[in-house]
Amino acid sequence: MVEGVFILMKDTIMRQAALVVPAPLLPILAAVVSSTAILVFAPVTMMFLTWFERKIVARFQDRLGPNRVGPFGLLQPIADGIKMILKEDIIPVGADRWVHHLTPVLAVVPVLALFLVLPFGRGMVAADLNVGVLFFLGVSGVQTPLVIAAGWGSHSKFSVLGSMRAAAQILSYELPMVLVIVAVVMASGSMSTSAIVDAQASGWYVLTPWGAAGALIFLLAATAESNRTPFDMAEAESELVAGFHTEYTGFKFALFQMAEFLSAFAAGGLAVTVFFGGWHGPAFLPSWAWFVLKMYAVFFVLVWFRATLPRFRIDQLLAVAWKFLFPMSLLVIASAAAWTVLDRVPALIVSLVLLLGGWWLGSAVLLREFAAMNKPRSFARAG
Amino acid sequence: MPTDPLVVVAVFAVLGLAFPAAPLIVSQIIAPRNPGKEKNRPYECGTVEAGDPWGQFKIQFYMYGLIFLVFDIEALFLFPWAVVFKLAGPLGLLEMLVFI
Repeated sequence: MVEGVFILMKDTIMRQAALVVPAPLLPILAAVVSSTAILVFAPVTMMFLTWFERKIVARFQDRLGPNRVGPFGLLQPIADGIKMILKEDIIPVGADRWVHHLTPVLAVVPVLALFLVLPFGRGMVAADLNVGVLFFLGVSGVQTPLVIAAGWGSHSKFSVLGSMRAAAQILSYELPMVLVIVAVVMASGSMSTSAIVDAQASGWYVLTPWGAAGALIFLLAATAESNRTPFDMAEAESELVAGFHTEYTGFKFALFQMAEFLSAFAAGGLAVTVFFGGWHGPAFLPSWAWFVLKMYAVFFVLVWFRATLPRFRIDQLLAVAWKFLFPMSLLVIASAAAWTVLDRVPALIVSLVLLLGGWWLGSAVLLREFAAMNKPRSFARAG
Repeated sequence: MPTDPLVVVAVFAVLGLAFPAAPLIVSQIIAPRNPGKEKNRPYECGTVEAGDPWGQFKIQFYMYGLIFLVFDIEALFLFPWAVVFKLAGPLGLLEMLVFI
């Protein structure tokens, strides 16, 4: 009963609507219903996420976190939202006014669209595209030009520097993310998100060797893609003020914040879909509850990263992406190939050798690289 | 009657655009407006800004951009191969290995 409650709601709306709306318009109405569901889900989640993150980081730092507005501070996000709307909108002198107005809006739209292809439960995917994961990766790639435009349009040096860094970082981490997804597509034989979830009915991909390595790489890359600590070079407060959104105030700032939170959450959703079995889970909870629970679990790990790890330096960050994660993701593809072609035991041996060997070699190279980067350069001759 | 997913995407693009734009417009109407010469200067730690941020500057990471372009196209070619991977057999695997 609880299982199908959302599908039932949609069916009821559609049946009532069929009485008054002419038949050719019904598919469009169905699309409106699904879209509205996501447009309600996403901002509510975003508000709750800000509260969730602040509470958890506070816990890590032995503080209480928001606790004044409403029970446990639960109404704090609403107070924040009202405050953001009431704030003055400042456009710096010399900024490109159109770009300054448009980029916050345009930054949110693709992030919201990411939720279209996530299967929230059995039969609960808003747009079951047959190229679902490719749609997800493509739409999340739209962020890069928007970030550059946002930085460039504010006519501030901090913003321009921040946006250039953000672009380099997003490009670098896009690649391991895409390649790991290729491994999943190989194993499931489909690019549709719901088909990938169906393929995991007998066993989650994270339980295979290539899936475990892939999930780890994907999580790291997703953290970097959504500019979260320890990879938040684009808005490193201590050196770049606020990066590309230095000059955005009030609700424009809120929109960038929303894009960041929701893209992290949606990336968590994709990780759940392709590695952690999607909505599969023991039957005592309905499928959509499992999916949302898993999404929050992944988001908790991201918050955990943020509370624990210090920030990388930009050259180290790019070195991690190109010299470690990228070769590792190629090895993940190779081991996924071995896993699907060979029998269980030889496949296990091959993938363990590939992955552990690659991990060992890769981290050895990376550590030498870091040591070389940190060597003082020109000071030696001065004395 | 199932809806074509592309219709959903199209409808969503329109609704999704309206969703962040609406509060922004509300904010433009009700928010105070009090611009000032000092206040509206781009932030540069409180000093008068030096030079033009839109001038030439060194894009340090253009090499990464170039490498990314090469490998991203390669990754795009990997996707169709991955879908038919099980049908292609060992020969397909070998061919992709050579390609990479």
